Amino acid sequence: MIDLSNLNAKTNDLNTLTPENTALEIKNLDLFYGDKQALHNVSMKIPKGKVTAFIGPSGCGKSTLLRCINRMNDLVEICRVDGNIELQGINIYDKSVDVASLRRRIGMVFQRPNPFPKSIYENVVYGLRLQGINDRRTLDEACETSLRGAALWNEVKDRLHDNAFGLSGGQQQRLVIARAIAIGPEVLLLDEPTSALDPISTLTVEELITELKKKFTVVIVTHNMQQAARVSDQTAFMYMGKLIEYSDTNTLFTSPKQKQTEDYITGRYG
Amino acid sequence: MGKWFKSGTPWIWMTGGAVSLSLIAVIGLILLIGWRGLSFFWPATVYEFSIENQQAEKSVLIGEIYDTEHVLKQQLIDGGVTGLEDEADSLDRFLLKIGNREYVDLDFQWILETYIKDKKVAHDIVVFERTKNGNFYGYLEALKEGEQTLPLTKDQLIDELHVRLDRALEFRDKEHDLLTGDIGRINNDLANIRLEQRKVELDGELTEAKIAEFKAQSDALRAEYLGLENELFGYRDQAKRDTVVVKDMTGRSVSMPLSYILDFYQPNDMSFLQKIGHWLHQVYKFVHDDPREANTEGGVFPAIFGTVFMVMLMAVIVTPFGVVAAIYLHEYAGKNSITKFIRIAVINLSGVPSIVYGVFGLGFFVYILGGSIDQLLYPEALPSPTFGSPGVLWAALTLAILTLPVVIVSTEEGLSRIPSTLREGSLALGATKSETLWRIVIPMASPAIMTGLILAVARAAGEVAPLMLVGVVKIAPTLPVDGNFPYLHLERKFMHLGFHIYDVGFQSPNVEAARPLVYATSFLLVTVIIGLNLAAIAIRNNLREKYRALEH
Repeated sequence: MIDLSNLNAKTNDLNTLTPENTALEIKNLDLFYGDKQALHNVSMKIPKGKVTAFIGPSGCGKSTLLRCINRMNDLVEICRVDGNIELQGINIYDKSVDVASLRRRIGMVFQRPNPFPKSIYENVVYGLRLQGINDRRTLDEACETSLRGAALWNEVKDRLHDNAFGLSGGQQQRLVIARAIAIGPEVLLLDEPTSALDPISTLTVEELITELKKKFTVVIVTHNMQQAARVSDQTAFMYMGKLIEYSDTNTLFTSPKQKQTEDYITGRYG
Repeated sequence: MGKWFKSGTPWIWMTGGAVSLSLIAVIGLILLIGWRGLSFFWPATVYEFSIENQQAEKSVLIGEIYDTEHVLKQQLIDGGVTGLEDEADSLDRFLLKIGNREYVDLDFQWILETYIKDKKVAHDIVVFERTKNGNFYGYLEALKEGEQTLPLTKDQLIDELHVRLDRALEFRDKEHDLLTGDIGRINNDLANIRLEQRKVELDGELTEAKIAEFKAQSDALRAEYLGLENELFGYRDQAKRDTVVVKDMTGRSVSMPLSYILDFYQPNDMSFLQKIGHWLHQVYKFVHDDPREANTEGGVFPAIFGTVFMVMLMAVIVTPFGVVAAIYLHEYAGKNSITKFIRIAVINLSGVPSIVYGVFGLGFFVYILGGSIDQLLYPEALPSPTFGSPGVLWAALTLAILTLPVVIVSTEEGLSRIPSTLREGSLALGATKSETLWRIVIPMASPAIMTGLILAVARAAGEVAPLMLVGVVKIAPTLPVDGNFPYLHLERKFMHLGFHIYDVGFQSPNVEAARPLVYATSFLLVTVIIGLNLAAIAIRNNLREKYRALEH
């Protein structure tokens, strides 16, 4: 199974992270869609303030795992989860956890840009309005900060009240990121955020991700190994619902411990 | 040939043909009813006919040619008409509208062309529109003020008639305003006082002092009423002051007080532009006036108002119900066989004959619901019902159930078209399911809701059968909206264009007079429905533009 004991001590030892440096801890997570098991006993610690990438072939369960972290899988009726995910020591699958407030702490950006059919401004402040904040000045400030944080401010500052659908795909994706960071989450989940974008927009979003990790813990699912290598600090390789290898990105790409990992990153399958 | 079939061309022709057929049917229907309805208001030429019938009796008829038909000679001979030996195989027969209903046996007469010895366009013929007995055709003879014949020349006569008719109409307007205004209010207040007294009596709190108080109130109102009544009679006498003397086709002089005359015109002396002006005025009167003479004359305003009011009330009721039901079915109900069964049941509801809804509405809404409301809220008015008899509210509710399936089905369709990524986007920002519904899903589904509403309105506006049981009447004395508190009288009966068509066309004592009105009313009903639909479509397109996320 997972063998991380002989990781190089100089790299971040992901197994011995102190609780203060851990953003999320996944413990023995199993997930079933009806009778079909999609995740098998996944355990990992995601460090704070870093970018963690999940890679693996299609259908390996990386998006499913990501969606477990903010309980998006609750929407799937036949989905059942066993095991724990701890956010600052609290199991998010505990009955006492309010899903809506959990999702305010763990933001998510999806594969395809999904702005709401509202103005750019209203898109960004949507999450704040949900929390009952309607003070004009607070919203204006939050809108500007978030749009700057998502590197979109300069492009849209003169048309904040135009419909968000007028933006290009890449701008829409950054708008969605701005919308997610406006409510000040601790963790930001990105589910293949650049798969629907052209190369230049992809580059902009990647640069943005590097900026984002200064404030947030970022977990990114990607299909693209170069992207994982470029943006992430540590990488998890998944295959057939199992976490095969999880280590510092450099190590994983240069000296993978598992044969499956090596086969995948050298392009032998997947 | 085989290649031609393979190319798909015949298929295109077939589909295109089907579309053109439906288009031709729709446009043809609208043109037919539009033409026949609207041409009725055109000032037709009035002819003077010299008639000599088979018994060699001579007479003069003045009237419009209303209709023409071909008849076979043999048919006429079989029918007992003699003296046709020299005629061609088929003859024309004219339907003449001769008016003057109180002086002739039939104000519409069929005349065979051979009987017409002479036909001329008689100048100076005047057509009078009257409040009673339809049109009057004749030559203007004199004008009297009281018993005094005014010394006027022929040319002055027409001008003077205009002036004096305007004066009489002014008094009629005043009379009408008084009746619907102050007198209506007093009657309403008197009824309210009586109900108030009855209520106090039912509560067992009727003391001598209270009786006296109520009596004083109603006496004051009665005194005021008597004053107004005098004023009313004054107006009536004023309107009756002048009389016009007209020579009819038999040469008899007929005196008519101006208070019975609504309008007069000389169709044979009008220029084309004057005729257009007259036509527009007649159309305006048709749309704006109240009906007269058992609906065969006058306008249809109360029916237009009733139709539009009822449909809007229905829309206000059906939209929230349908949308809420659709949201439950689509968003909250478990995806199991019970939900499926309910959905099928809802869809099948739209296949139930509408008269069944009418019976249900009468039994449940009017008798059970309305009866209970009367018991609880209006016990003082019993045994005369308030809500316990058919009325516009019950009609709107009945039609709301009738159109509910349409709204539910199209709303559900709209909800299922919203991409799940948008819902997830909202949920991921910490919104609950209901917040997502309110802020994202329902606004985005609003074009689909409007589509459902458009279909519902189209269906409801054209429905007549159930309404006959739950609220429509031939003549409603008052509109459901007026100036008396509480202004909106949902318990009142109302008039409806669809029922008006049925009533005028098939229940009218004077079939010929009513026929063009049937066309005109049908055209108006179609116009109203198209208007309501266009308004709804405009709103929908506006919403679509706003939420066009799904298109790309």
